[in-house]
Amino acid sequence: MRYALLCYNSEAMVSHLPKADEEAMMARVRAAEVKISERARIGPSLRLMPTTAATTVKAGDDPLIIDGPYAETKEQLLGFWIIECETHEDAIEAGRLLAREREVGAIEVRPLLAFNPGDDAP
Amino acid sequence: MSELDWIGAALASARPQVMGALLRYFRDLDQAEEAFQEASLRALKTWPSKGPPRDPAAWLIFVGRNAALDRVRRDQRLRELPPEDQLSDVEDAEADMAERLDNSHYRDDVLRLMFVCCQPELPATQQIALALRIVSGLTVKEIARAFIVSDAAMEQRITRAKRRIAAAGIPYAVPDAAERAERVGAVAAMIYLLFNEGYAASGGEAHIRRPLCEEAIRLARLLLALFPGEPEIMGLLALLLLQDARAAARLDGHGEIILLEDQDRNLWDRDKIAEGLVLVAKAIRHRNAGPYQLQAAIAAAHARAARPEETDWNQIDSLYQMLERLDPSPVVTLNRAVAVSKACGPEAALALIRPLAPKLQGYFHYFGVTGALLMQLGHAEEARIAFDRAIALARTPAEATHIRMHLDRLAVQSRASG
Repeated sequence: MRYALLCYNSEAMVSHLPKADEEAMMARVRAAEVKISERARIGPSLRLMPTTAATTVKAGDDPLIIDGPYAETKEQLLGFWIIECETHEDAIEAGRLLAREREVGAIEVRPLLAFNPGDDAP
Repeated sequence: MSELDWIGAALASARPQVMGALLRYFRDLDQAEEAFQEASLRALKTWPSKGPPRDPAAWLIFVGRNAALDRVRRDQRLRELPPEDQLSDVEDAEADMAERLDNSHYRDDVLRLMFVCCQPELPATQQIALALRIVSGLTVKEIARAFIVSDAAMEQRITRAKRRIAAAGIPYAVPDAAERAERVGAVAAMIYLLFNEGYAASGGEAHIRRPLCEEAIRLARLLLALFPGEPEIMGLLALLLLQDARAAARLDGHGEIILLEDQDRNLWDRDKIAEGLVLVAKAIRHRNAGPYQLQAAIAAAHARAARPEETDWNQIDSLYQMLERLDPSPVVTLNRAVAVSKACGPEAALALIRPLAPKLQGYFHYFGVTGALLMQLGHAEEARIAFDRAIALARTPAEATHIRMHLDRLAVQSRASG
């Protein structure tokens, strides 16, 4: 079963973490990934640019193009991992391993309905 | 449980919104700061056990305002309030909560907070120092260090700036569209000054002043988050990111400036460049060019060239021409001359800047560029004269050193030919 582990946090808050803290956090995330890979296959993972880089295209005959993210929220989607594991518990455990590395924000564990790796997936 | 400084990050990131709201309540910078301070202290007491609240800014505004009101009551010996008063106070607070959810209000709060630092009668360095203190929340000590002055001198500078702001009066009415645009422009200019204050540093100071660049980028990002559809603010953030991307490559081991074409481009920060290029592309869609966008587009043209030889000098030349039309200045023409010399040769460039001589008699770069062009044309003696003038006008040791390097090269050339 495939899951997306969606990482939500306040962009502004993350940008105020001291550089050393940010590096320490990334190192711990790497360690968590190693731990996750004992029970699950980790597929593509990615980090998104800040929401100020986003453009939103609203549905319609002549779609409206708006600068900025779709929703103005306290926390933003910062990135995600795709994993494949045997049980739902394994997926929750993967989320727990990533979430315990931070005191704020959340990891949303969301099962995938369909997964298309793309034609030239690396 | 991690030992990362999430609470510090939460306090720092909430600060502009909280200070903006508290300034609107109290209509006084010092009172707003005291209330923020008090709320932060309470946060440090309660957050470590529970973690920061879901909406740290709302929490801090609520607590900061109540703490300040408590103090006022204490001061007025009105400690024993009838219960009805306490009740109405709670209702008040709930009404405020609803108001805080209104993003446009909070946008004007933060803009006002940034804008009060940009009073035109304040000298640039005071505007910047005040913004670092009020908006970013740096300590006086940190700001003093970045400006390389004593704590006492910085304290005095900030106090004086605050006094002038109070005397000038802070605008509390909700701004109309034209006023808002004017404020955004003034804030953008202040942020750009702040960035340059950090970026222009060289030698041993460069490292100390880096936080100024980082803070400027953070403020530009905040401004763009408030006004996501403003192409000039996209341009501003892009410009800062693209310039800052070169930070690791622009100084040598002695802190001397390395020219763009001599920089090790592997040291450029690819993440910042990628984001800067996206913002330039977003801004271009608006077809409403402005000075920040054009400068960002020029920086983008450099960033896109993997090697100096791949630089699209014709594009840079035309961007500078647009900039000249929009915001004519001899300094822009001088910069354009560098692009022209690459695209069409030193002769054309020299012809372009010769007429600027009367206006730029006191400008280091004019003589630096003139000298370099003359040197390329083989006019060693004239080049030497221009370089000597440049050295006399250099404002920093790094500028002088850079010109001396040219002079040394000239000396070697004349020995070789003589």
